[in-house]
Amino acid sequence: MTCLADVTSVIRSKNAGPYELTLDIIFTEKFWFDEALRCDLINRAVIAGLYGVDESDVLSIVGFAPANAIKATLRRPLASGAVGETDVYGAQQHAPLLKLTFGNE
Amino acid sequence: MTPLPPIRILSPTAILGYGFPESSFAAGLKMNPDVIAVDAGSTDPGPYYLGAGISFTTRPAVKRDLKLMLAAGRERNIPVLIGSAGGAGARQHLDWCVDIIHEIATEDGLAGKLAVIPTDIGKDSVRAALGGSNGNDNGNGNGAIRPMPAGPPLAEEAVIASTNIVAQIGEAPLISALADGADVVIAGRCYDPAVFAALPIMRGYPVGLSLHMGKILECAAIAAVPGSGADCMFATLDETGFTVETLSDDRICTVTSVAAHTLYEKSDPYRLPGPGGTLDLANTAFEQLDDRRVRVTGTIFDPSPCHMIKLEGARRTGYRTVSIAGVRAPDFIAGLDDILDGARATVTGQFPQIMQDTATLLFRAYGRDGVMGSLEPERHQLPHEIGLIIEAVAPTQDLADAICAFARSTLLHFGYEGRKSTAGNLAFPYSPSDFKAGEVYEFSVYHLMRIDDPVAVFPAEMMPLGGRP
Repeated sequence: MTCLADVTSVIRSKNAGPYELTLDIIFTEKFWFDEALRCDLINRAVIAGLYGVDESDVLSIVGFAPANAIKATLRRPLASGAVGETDVYGAQQHAPLLKLTFGNE
Repeated sequence: MTPLPPIRILSPTAILGYGFPESSFAAGLKMNPDVIAVDAGSTDPGPYYLGAGISFTTRPAVKRDLKLMLAAGRERNIPVLIGSAGGAGARQHLDWCVDIIHEIATEDGLAGKLAVIPTDIGKDSVRAALGGSNGNDNGNGNGAIRPMPAGPPLAEEAVIASTNIVAQIGEAPLISALADGADVVIAGRCYDPAVFAALPIMRGYPVGLSLHMGKILECAAIAAVPGSGADCMFATLDETGFTVETLSDDRICTVTSVAAHTLYEKSDPYRLPGPGGTLDLANTAFEQLDDRRVRVTGTIFDPSPCHMIKLEGARRTGYRTVSIAGVRAPDFIAGLDDILDGARATVTGQFPQIMQDTATLLFRAYGRDGVMGSLEPERHQLPHEIGLIIEAVAPTQDLADAICAFARSTLLHFGYEGRKSTAGNLAFPYSPSDFKAGEVYEFSVYHLMRIDDPVAVFPAEMMPLGGRP
């Protein structure tokens, strides 16, 4: 079983403005980027499931071939810096992605 | 037409005040830059800094970086541009940074013309735009004021309550200041790439390439490997592309590091909207030139039919007090939600009116879901220890103090089912246990506004370096 953490050089989260949280998954090589696209590893349902949100709160998923990267953008539960919000920069919301695996082989 | 000669741009650091090695900066100067530019700000640190008019960088750190940049710029007679002064770029931030520039110029005997470009937007202008026949478009996409994706429509009361509203300007006002002979240009809130792109665009280099280059340079060596927010980057731009490189042997630029930076803090890497239009990366190519340089080609600028700028505003929502404590008792951790609910009920019973109308009491459980809140998938896995933050936000500091202190004392001695540790439930690392965190702000405005003339709205104030004439 291949773990996403083993075939990526970067898995990170960050604000894209105060209302959106964007997740970047950058693969170590084109093979794994292509493989992730081929088997639809990252889609709205997967991201919604990992983060316990509605699919409608997953705003976009985009592959960016020049960086062998897939980007998913979520609606923030609370705007950055709002009372009760937990991560002003949005920089520590990536951990659930580390557990994703390719298939069950 | 003869082709334009390559133009060279030096970016010392990711944020003015984050620092850079003098050796890297010297290596950049050896390459004969045509301009030195730095981005000083971001909304990343949250609404407080914009609302309160305070910088998230410190005066000694900003002065250290500026001193080296200004000396190099004046010695070589090349422009120095600073965007998003003081972090959030409101008038107080701009004045704070201009004062540092004058101090350096006086101390070091620097002469030249300084252009200061305020980017504050009056509440009346925003209200007038909102109140027009097609003001707040509520999503139809044509209004004078438009919400951002996932953001709310703008309410007039949010405008009125804001302490500061700034516009994120593009390169046009910077070019106007350079054309007027400014040696140093400092602006309030700026679109991050604008300070790097202004001189190239003024000299006729392609807008798309100039802005994409600026987009990479604005975070300096964050786009290198290993990344650093405190090291320099250098770009060389011609009419067909640009090359970026590091200035230290410690790091290199790779296609992945540079392309990855294009993703940074944006939701769509192929379409990057900014003042006046959108960067289009559909045909962008990244090429590894050698072991440390990357060349980028193909990016174009797609101008929008009307000039939209982003507004950022913040308003005060109250005052905060926090108390920090640790919990080690397994029975307390197992029953945490019920115990916190019980403590909240006791506080509400003591201060019913305040708790119902104006105050917010929060408990943050680090070790369980303190970092991810409602997004945490592993909330059910009980840790052996929890870091607890008790937080109160209320209309006055005294009230926030009172709510926080009462919640803290309630929780310390809260009797719960099966409690064995009857001497106290919380381990406080500090005395005093409670901290006044002061004013609390929230983003009140984060919207696009249509303007007719991006230069006329943001005129520069010209003055000699060192002080007003």
